Amino acid sequence: MTRFEVVRTGASASGAQPATPRNVPHRGGEANPSAKALQDKFSAAIKRVEVIWAETIVYVAPASAHEVIRWLHDDQSQQYDFLSDVTAVEYRDADVPIELVWQLRSLPYRRFLRIKAQLPKGMPLEIDSVWDIYKSADWLERECYDMFGIRFRGHPDLRRILMWEQYKEGYPLRKDFPLRGRFSRSEQLRQALAQNPEARYSMEELTIADAFAELPEDMRERLGKGERTGE
Amino acid sequence: MGLTAPPEHRTVSYAPESQEGWVTTRMDFLVNWARANSLWPMPFGTACCAIEFMATAASDFDLARFGMERMSFSPRQADVLICAGRVPFKLAPIIRRIWQQMPQPKWAISMGACASTGGMFDNYAVVQGIDTIIPVDVYVPGCPPRPEGLIYGIRMLQEKVKNERSSDAGIRDEMEPDPSSQLYIPPSVIDELGEPFGNSVNQTRSGL
Repeated sequence: MTRFEVVRTGASASGAQPATPRNVPHRGGEANPSAKALQDKFSAAIKRVEVIWAETIVYVAPASAHEVIRWLHDDQSQQYDFLSDVTAVEYRDADVPIELVWQLRSLPYRRFLRIKAQLPKGMPLEIDSVWDIYKSADWLERECYDMFGIRFRGHPDLRRILMWEQYKEGYPLRKDFPLRGRFSRSEQLRQALAQNPEARYSMEELTIADAFAELPEDMRERLGKGERTGE
Repeated sequence: MGLTAPPEHRTVSYAPESQEGWVTTRMDFLVNWARANSLWPMPFGTACCAIEFMATAASDFDLARFGMERMSFSPRQADVLICAGRVPFKLAPIIRRIWQQMPQPKWAISMGACASTGGMFDNYAVVQGIDTIIPVDVYVPGCPPRPEGLIYGIRMLQEKVKNERSSDAGIRDEMEPDPSSQLYIPPSVIDELGEPFGNSVNQTRSGL
């Protein structure tokens, strides 16, 4: 049984046990067949395919990333139905672009696929959100925006998630961000103490709008006036 | 055996009407004795120090011996805030709010290196010592401190409580932060406290 054979529920009961791959080569291992399928379907959008430690990485053009991921999710022969992570990588070298990384998982086929898109520096860091494909992208993309400042077009509620919403110092995981932050310690503390930890609900977040009538009076009043935090 | 007491020592004559006992003491002593032995902690555990704190409260070390068996998860019924673990800036207003909700008399213990100084987290996200946010009575060093260390800190706090005098009016005044900056201590002092030390001095700023 090869690594990328289709495994259906109960298949392992017939004796074929999923096994840990051994003697994996650094480069040039067996590629995930989805990479070949992508090259056939989106030849122009696929920049290159790498296999490192038996993990397949597909570099796509940023403009087509959403289309590619949509196809991987919808196509019956791929069925990447689980989004493990959305993150980004910035390298020290100023010429190397920032990479956006999607970790995809196909549960029916037991396949992993890593999609990368390179966003050149010196341009606005923007890319289409995959929130309409995977709802789990919501908080992952917010974290990516919080830490790297990458804007996801089409995200329903793109706000900071780890740092507080009024945080002014920038994007902490960027290489030009000093480790201790940009402001002095007293200024950081002053701004941190000025945050209002209770006013963090937006009307969008309360799409439990059914519960609106049961909210406390003051919160209903504030939300009714369209109040948003962090702006 | 020769250990048996002689018969005249085995009985005690007791006449209740002549035995009404009474003591005299100082009011301060009595109040401080009661306070020191019934400190209710407000546990503010954010990291691994909280695990040691739990061990301190559990049966092996048994914090109940010192009158602290009742964890007060409501700040309004707490006497001593035990901050166990690092405090990120996002938690700064929360620990401040909890401190302000605690009624007087109140004390604070800063447990562990991170709560006391920021510890190894000399970065953009972590408060460099909770004494920049709330007044602290006892610092317990360690990473994390063993339960014996925390108990030693608590005993020190009990000593401090026992030596307080109710005639000192000032010690029970609620500190009001500076209205514009919401800080208790001057910004220059906070900057000085937050200066890098030890290995952090050699950290280069990551700039491209």
